[in-house]
Amino acid sequence: MPVAPVVWRGPFALVGGGLTFVAIGLAIAGGVLAPHDPFAVSTLPFQPPGAAHWLGTDDLGRDTLSGVLTGARVSLLVGFVTAATAALLGATVGGIAGFYGGLVDDALMRLTELVQVAPRFFLAVLVAALFGPSIVLLTILLAVTFWPLTARLVRSRVLSLRQREYVIAARAVGLTESRILLRHVLPNVVGIVVVTAALQVGSAIIVEASLSFLGLGDRSVISWGYMLNDAQPFLRVAWWMSVFPGIALVLTVLGVNLFADALYAHWDPGRRSAIGE
Amino acid sequence: MTRYVLRRLLQAVPLLLGVLVLTFALVHLAPGDPVRILGGDGGDAAYYAAMREKFGLDRPLPEQLVIYLGSALHGDFGYSYVQRRPVFEVIADRVPATLVLMLSALVISTGLGIWLGAIAARRAERAADRAITVGTLVGGATPAFWLGQVLVIVFAGILGWFPVSGMTAARGVTPGFAQLADLLWHLVLPVTTLGLLQLALVTRLTRAGLIDALREEYARTAQAKGLSTAAVLRRHALPNALLPVVTVIGSHFGTVLAGAVLTEIIFAWPGIGRLLVDATLTRDYPLLMALFLVASTSVVIANLVTDLAYGALDPRVRLQ
Repeated sequence: MPVAPVVWRGPFALVGGGLTFVAIGLAIAGGVLAPHDPFAVSTLPFQPPGAAHWLGTDDLGRDTLSGVLTGARVSLLVGFVTAATAALLGATVGGIAGFYGGLVDDALMRLTELVQVAPRFFLAVLVAALFGPSIVLLTILLAVTFWPLTARLVRSRVLSLRQREYVIAARAVGLTESRILLRHVLPNVVGIVVVTAALQVGSAIIVEASLSFLGLGDRSVISWGYMLNDAQPFLRVAWWMSVFPGIALVLTVLGVNLFADALYAHWDPGRRSAIGE
Repeated sequence: MTRYVLRRLLQAVPLLLGVLVLTFALVHLAPGDPVRILGGDGGDAAYYAAMREKFGLDRPLPEQLVIYLGSALHGDFGYSYVQRRPVFEVIADRVPATLVLMLSALVISTGLGIWLGAIAARRAERAADRAITVGTLVGGATPAFWLGQVLVIVFAGILGWFPVSGMTAARGVTPGFAQLADLLWHLVLPVTTLGLLQLALVTRLTRAGLIDALREEYARTAQAKGLSTAAVLRRHALPNALLPVVTVIGSHFGTVLAGAVLTEIIFAWPGIGRLLVDATLTRDYPLLMALFLVASTSVVIANLVTDLAYGALDPRVRLQ
């Protein structure tokens, strides 16, 4: 997908594209850029930001800057994999429901409603408590709770596409139903699916950080939520432990949201904005 | 309207049953034997078998599911073996504090959001509007738990203006006005923490809705007959612009509840948030399951209330 025309839409889009680019860069190379091992006790605890440790050190003497740089990976990975998986699931369910209609449609839509009412955060807490914290499990679970929106949007689009002349023509020519769905209908919903997925990346990042903040995240990898969990008891002693990972988190979510918004405007110029679903 | 209400009520029933079945399935899929969690690893086979029989775990799964559904419908969510009390009681004790926090945040953020959205819409594309838009974008990207931490650092730590934790002062306050003032004092930071996301959302939606409504012909007609911009905005555009706001507040109930949990952790607010975290730490499964059910049920109810409110506000919805 050409990124340039999306990013040059205006200042918000440009900032969004820039922040997203930096965040992805950190997710890939953050571990290499980090001056220390984020888990290693490198010096005295509670060192304020200074020349040796630009962003200070935590209660165990670990370097905050290294944590902030390395932590990008978990957030971005969970955010993007969740959104992509949810998009795939949602497009499949919505496509089938909208195209075949009838009982299949009814059954799939009832399922969609059920998943939509299950509160994502509480479900994630319950699953993390029952099955133990794991990034893979969390990503699967989030994907399972994020697909209904995509499914509903795809379904309504497919319902209207089904009546279009070119689909009727394809049927008249004798193409099989599955071929019509895959080759002629689904390509026309790619736009909605990508935009919805982009808008969900930020939400997924926040849910992952919330769980890690509660101490229900994967403790074997460093993440911003994990760092904020560590910071909670020491807010009045070591403000830097909370402030820097938090800024990284907010800038990443802001960047991804702005970029998704620009993508939305690019794809569907009639609509102005969609942040907040 | 009665038919509409009845239909919506009936639609909520299968959803609630579905949530119950989902909870049941999750607990049974989870690794670990409940008998060993309760009785420890030291018992012999006969002991475990007796425990299994006592708790009905030896019966076939469908039968267990029916028993579970039956007791849940009677308000019996089991027994918290950590707190040694019925789960229902444990949760009921904590609900009021959470409700106080959530309702305050919802009311203030909605009111303020509509006001800010109206300001932005009236001055669309000018400095005030841009400032508000940037504010909503940043506010929308700020997770409640981090905002809470920053507020603690600044207002409770550096400035020392507000209390850091709890719902009431540790030394008793005389009942009456002083007690209310003390509660409000403790509410300031948690409500700000919880309300910001909602504020950003409501502001954005109100702004977008008003700008759309002001372009409609009825708005132009009202202006043409001599009404001031403020009057057109208030009397004609706002009622229409607020419909999506109603939907969004309702559909975000789960998010707000999750935000409340996180906010409660930061400010040691004595609601269901602390309870949830303690339940995960002590592996108090009956309590955890019940909290999930309470959260799901309140989301279903919030959706129902939203739909009914929408039906009452917009007659077109009832006819569909």
